[in-house]
Amino acid sequence: MSAVLEVTGIKKTFGGITAVDGVSFDVREGEILGLIGPNGCGKSTLFNCILGQLTPTGGEVKLDGKVVTGLRPSELNKLGVSRTFQLLQVFPKLSVRENLILAGQEHQGNMASRLVGRSDAGLTDAANQMIGFFKLDHLAAEPAGGLSYGQQKLLDAAMAFMGGPRLVLLDEPAGGVNPTMLSDLKERLVAINREKNATFVVIEHNMEFVMSLCSRVMVMAEGKVLAMGRPDEVRKNSAVIEAYLGH
Amino acid sequence: MSGFAKPLKIALGLIVIAGLIVIPMNFNRYGLFILSQWAVMTIAAMGLNLTLGYAGQVSLAQGAFVGIGAYASAIMTTHGWPLPAAIVVAIVLAFAVGWVLGYPALRVQHHYLAFVTLAFSTLAFLVFRNESWLTGGIYGISNIPRPHVFGIATNKPLPFYYVCLGSLAIVSVAVWWLIRSPWGRAFMALRENPLRAQSLGIDTRRYTLMAFAIGSALGGVAGALYAPLTQYIDPVPFNLSLSLDLLMMVIVGGAGFYFGPFLGAMIAVLLPEWLRFTEGYYLMLYAIAVMGLLIWSPTGILGILDRYMAARRTKAASALRAVAKSRLETAQ
Repeated sequence: MSAVLEVTGIKKTFGGITAVDGVSFDVREGEILGLIGPNGCGKSTLFNCILGQLTPTGGEVKLDGKVVTGLRPSELNKLGVSRTFQLLQVFPKLSVRENLILAGQEHQGNMASRLVGRSDAGLTDAANQMIGFFKLDHLAAEPAGGLSYGQQKLLDAAMAFMGGPRLVLLDEPAGGVNPTMLSDLKERLVAINREKNATFVVIEHNMEFVMSLCSRVMVMAEGKVLAMGRPDEVRKNSAVIEAYLGH
Repeated sequence: MSGFAKPLKIALGLIVIAGLIVIPMNFNRYGLFILSQWAVMTIAAMGLNLTLGYAGQVSLAQGAFVGIGAYASAIMTTHGWPLPAAIVVAIVLAFAVGWVLGYPALRVQHHYLAFVTLAFSTLAFLVFRNESWLTGGIYGISNIPRPHVFGIATNKPLPFYYVCLGSLAIVSVAVWWLIRSPWGRAFMALRENPLRAQSLGIDTRRYTLMAFAIGSALGGVAGALYAPLTQYIDPVPFNLSLSLDLLMMVIVGGAGFYFGPFLGAMIAVLLPEWLRFTEGYYLMLYAIAVMGLLIWSPTGILGILDRYMAARRTKAASALRAVAKSRLETAQ
């Protein structure tokens, strides 16, 4: 399997603090890679460097073998890299359906066609499909701000999939989501992964979720990669147990 | 406004439009002037509402763009060009300058951006005043002609009022289209959460520049009509206080509401006239009314209506839920 994402020696410093210290890894097409590590170990900073929200101090990011370091988030998104956020980032005043239309509209046509074309950019059907897929049907016309936390998390994930991404980086999708909804979310993610052949990188603290969802797990500590391997291998790794799982 | 049934909304709209056409037929010269001014200022405020209300980019320079449009129109029409050509030039000029003024917004936001635009406003005023070879300096430009529309002279106040009203109608339809298009949604996303917008592929840079450019272009349209309305322009009406007035219109009417500028401009242009009977006190009363309104509803007049509608919707929704619940209970 070829690598969708290749990260080489990514480094990010904030003043004297090195948040990410020379991280290299690759993500294979169609896999679900888990990214775990204690709070403050640089997981989210690494995400932001890959996604162009932060400019890395050093290192290189390649998408399908092409260097994309320094591209803007919107440009990367158009190349098929999408994300979800650790904290809720839906548009509270828009309805669920409008949130999804917004999430997909920049992937249709060009600036001119978005101005003179249909106001839904031809996305109402696609949005409804996504709503059905994430079982949000009864909430489609509700303002997103009125949804429960877990439902907003689902919407946030659904928004990441509207543009038909090849690679999705999910930052703590399970945080604050109740167990029933969580198993729903996992089921959806696995389905999209299989059917659409989308590749995922998932930051998560919920071990059970990570271990059952991911094909490989990367462990970070203090800005560095501590271990990388199948979930059962990582679980047994003594360095990992010491840094993270041991208590 | 979504609480009203659609036919009712259309009927209400038609009544207002008919009223704006028919009622002023009996107005005197001064009344028509004020109403024309309302139409022109509404156009400028709609532009600012786009930049500020929808896209969330603070601008204290809208008055400068009205000035740019007014001077373009005054200079061209006094040199024999037809008004429509002058309007096109005003749009292109204000759009281009607005685009350039958008660049600082890519780096600074909120009150920092306000100060950048304020500086621009001052700069524009100095150009209007000092470049007398072009603008006539402090003496301004007089004898600005009014256009012939379909062969009808609009020198009299009523025909020119219809020119202003017609222009307002065209701009209203265009803005309505724009905010309902994906662009409108992107502008809103820019205002609410630029970080999330970027990660959804929204080119925030381009949309920010567009928000500035289009909003400024509407300021230019307003200016291009203002010049033949007053038939004389000098730099004073386009100083910072016009920008502040326009900002107030947008905020009092309700920033980010489609009808906000219509209401805001009505209050800013008409209320001082209605309060004239109080003689020396009218400005004071006006100021107090504005302060009171903004304390009561920081989201402007339409904000009050919006809250009322939201409360009604919540009530209706909870009533529906109660019915559903009781049905479930009886079914068990």
